[in-house]
Amino acid sequence: MHLSSYLGLLETGCATLAKSYRQVAKGHAEEADVKVLCEQFARQCDHQEGLLRPFTERYGSHPSGEPERLHADGLSKTRSGGLGLLRDLHDLYLLASYLDMAWTLVGQAAKGARDRELIETVDECAKQTQAQQKWLTTRLKAAAPQALLVAD
Amino acid sequence: MDGNTRLCTATAAASLKETFGADGQPGSYADIDVCDTLFCFGHNVAATQTVLWARMLDRLAGTSPPHLVAVDPRLTEVAKAAEIHLAPKPGTNLALVNGLLQQLISNDWIDHDFIDQHTKGFEELASLVANYPPPRVAEICGIDGRDVEAAAEIFGTSATAVSTVLQGFYQSHQATAASVAVNNMHLLRGMLGRPGAGILQMNGQPTAQNNRETGADGDLPGFRNWENEQHVARLAELWDVDPIVIPHWAEPTHAMQIFRYAEQGSIKFLWIAGTNPAVSLAELARIRRILQQESLFVVVSDGYLTETTAFADVVLPAALWGEKTGTYTNTDRTVHLSEQAVAPPGEARSDLEIWLDYARRMGFTDRSGRPLPPWDTPAQAFDAWRECSRGRPCDYSGLTYDKLRGGPGIQWPCTDEAPDGTERLYIDHDFPTYQEQCENYGHDLATGAAVTAIDHAAERFDGRARLKAADWIPPTEAPDEAYPISLLTGRTVYHFHTRTKTGRAPELNAVAPEPWVELATSDAADLEINDGDLVRVESRRGAVEVAARCNGNRPGTAFLPFHYGDPETAANDLTPTSWDPVSKQPHFKSGAVRVERVAESGD
Repeated sequence: MHLSSYLGLLETGCATLAKSYRQVAKGHAEEADVKVLCEQFARQCDHQEGLLRPFTERYGSHPSGEPERLHADGLSKTRSGGLGLLRDLHDLYLLASYLDMAWTLVGQAAKGARDRELIETVDECAKQTQAQQKWLTTRLKAAAPQALLVAD
Repeated sequence: MDGNTRLCTATAAASLKETFGADGQPGSYADIDVCDTLFCFGHNVAATQTVLWARMLDRLAGTSPPHLVAVDPRLTEVAKAAEIHLAPKPGTNLALVNGLLQQLISNDWIDHDFIDQHTKGFEELASLVANYPPPRVAEICGIDGRDVEAAAEIFGTSATAVSTVLQGFYQSHQATAASVAVNNMHLLRGMLGRPGAGILQMNGQPTAQNNRETGADGDLPGFRNWENEQHVARLAELWDVDPIVIPHWAEPTHAMQIFRYAEQGSIKFLWIAGTNPAVSLAELARIRRILQQESLFVVVSDGYLTETTAFADVVLPAALWGEKTGTYTNTDRTVHLSEQAVAPPGEARSDLEIWLDYARRMGFTDRSGRPLPPWDTPAQAFDAWRECSRGRPCDYSGLTYDKLRGGPGIQWPCTDEAPDGTERLYIDHDFPTYQEQCENYGHDLATGAAVTAIDHAAERFDGRARLKAADWIPPTEAPDEAYPISLLTGRTVYHFHTRTKTGRAPELNAVAPEPWVELATSDAADLEINDGDLVRVESRRGAVEVAARCNGNRPGTAFLPFHYGDPETAANDLTPTSWDPVSKQPHFKSGAVRVERVAESGD
């Protein structure tokens, strides 16, 4: 059973995304809306990681012999300027998408395992991650023309 | 492009768009005259709209006065006149209105048939607000839970109710979500579209309304949807231009973002007309720095020299209201014609003449090679606007200058079918949420994420109002040990905006020549501050020194009037660069400060 591997992937995915949101909030603090929302999303990711705990206790996580190259890397540093903001938000979008698919896959397994609690938790978390993706999409679309056509 | 509306009533527009699919005031001032119940949400009408307040006072002093409930952390004249005064902790409006909604639902003070036929989203709303029972609301908002219950009972059991909403909500944390929640109160009771049952998402000034209608707030004219290619195509047809030249490649770039781009150097030319950002925007030290940047060329059109013209590369003297002709539309959609009384002095010209001269010198032309815009006079511009608005919610097609002369004004929509105008919208409860009609597809109230056209289509609102809800979250800069007091800024009755005109009226200037800070009596006692003492009010962004006035405002708050522009005393030197995620209206009533006495009164 590999559910434990994917629960570990979710756990690490939440932590990585939280860290990356905080990185962007700090690196782009001059963008007032980005700072506030990225900090808010980071707290959501922390909360999600906490919600996973009963299930990692039930099923385990990060088993020894975990498949190689299982986890996605987060943002190590932020870029500057309008184009830099676009690239950093784009990276956050990729990380959020990766997490979103992981919720979907664990959700499928949760249904197969007839685990109502896990189904509910995954539903709740997936909704939050999707809301984050929607905001990232909206903000990226708003920033793109200025960043790609006009910014230095 | 953005309008001063962004600072003023962008949230009124946003909340109406979210709930009803398009901007447009549902109610009418006449509803005030006949309602059983009046709720003022963050609306210090006694200071902001004195004529309307007189109308409310007439009701309160007359036979069968309405119940009045006021939501305001300050003990305003409105709060003093209210049967129930709810004074929530700054930053908690949404929790309070979620609590009122919870009470309406749990006591079954709702209209099930109306909800079934004319709204969508009730289950999600009910499940979210179920988490806001009175004890929790009392704890979050710092008010008595029994007052929440009593206020909800008044609203829930009255035959007719009017709600007015203004800056206490619009310039605060979670502005759009809280204002939408007020719309929801009315939808749950079917409380709109008939005499005495109405919503007034207020305006500060008529031009805020006109900015919204014509698209000077960055939206497209006539409440058109920039994501709807048919809407853009119609504009292109009206103007005889290729649709690709009409800006609809992204959501509007709001004022705070415009200043950010200017700060970064990607906006190099800024034309400021008839407004004064060097006083009216938040975190003024930053705004002054941006306006001074070498990389930014600043043009200012104004009737007077202001704090902003001091930073301008070019100042264009503009005519004032009595020196030009045009129409104004007020908050209940009443259109008035204001005709030129005197010629502008010196080289001053009307804004219309200035913009047209600019367009001609730039050589703007349409596809047929004619000058763009093709009109020259206010009356011609109005006729073009009548055509532009035809068929849209703000339909002016039945109005003419002649029709507007002499009478008390006419409310849009005014069409061939409704030649005398329309007193209130939505009498048939058919809302403009149809996919092909709506002004936007809505947003996530918590983040501002846009709902896509496909997701909106799948919801099939089709004329039903959108019931939307969001959870309360704590404000970004809450009071702490270092800065223990919540900052509120706002108006005094004696001045308007940045005093460009009112500061020049000797009588008005004499009664309020300089700013002050209002402190709660108990806080003042703790800080050993007496009335009239000079105090220093300091936030993380700056400090001002002003005289103290101790009063019955909510403890833990400090109120500064925002009209004054001197860097030593300007309230906006303290306010944070922060805005609502949906309406993008700045949070002028937010942030934390510390207060200390500098000198005793008379020293």
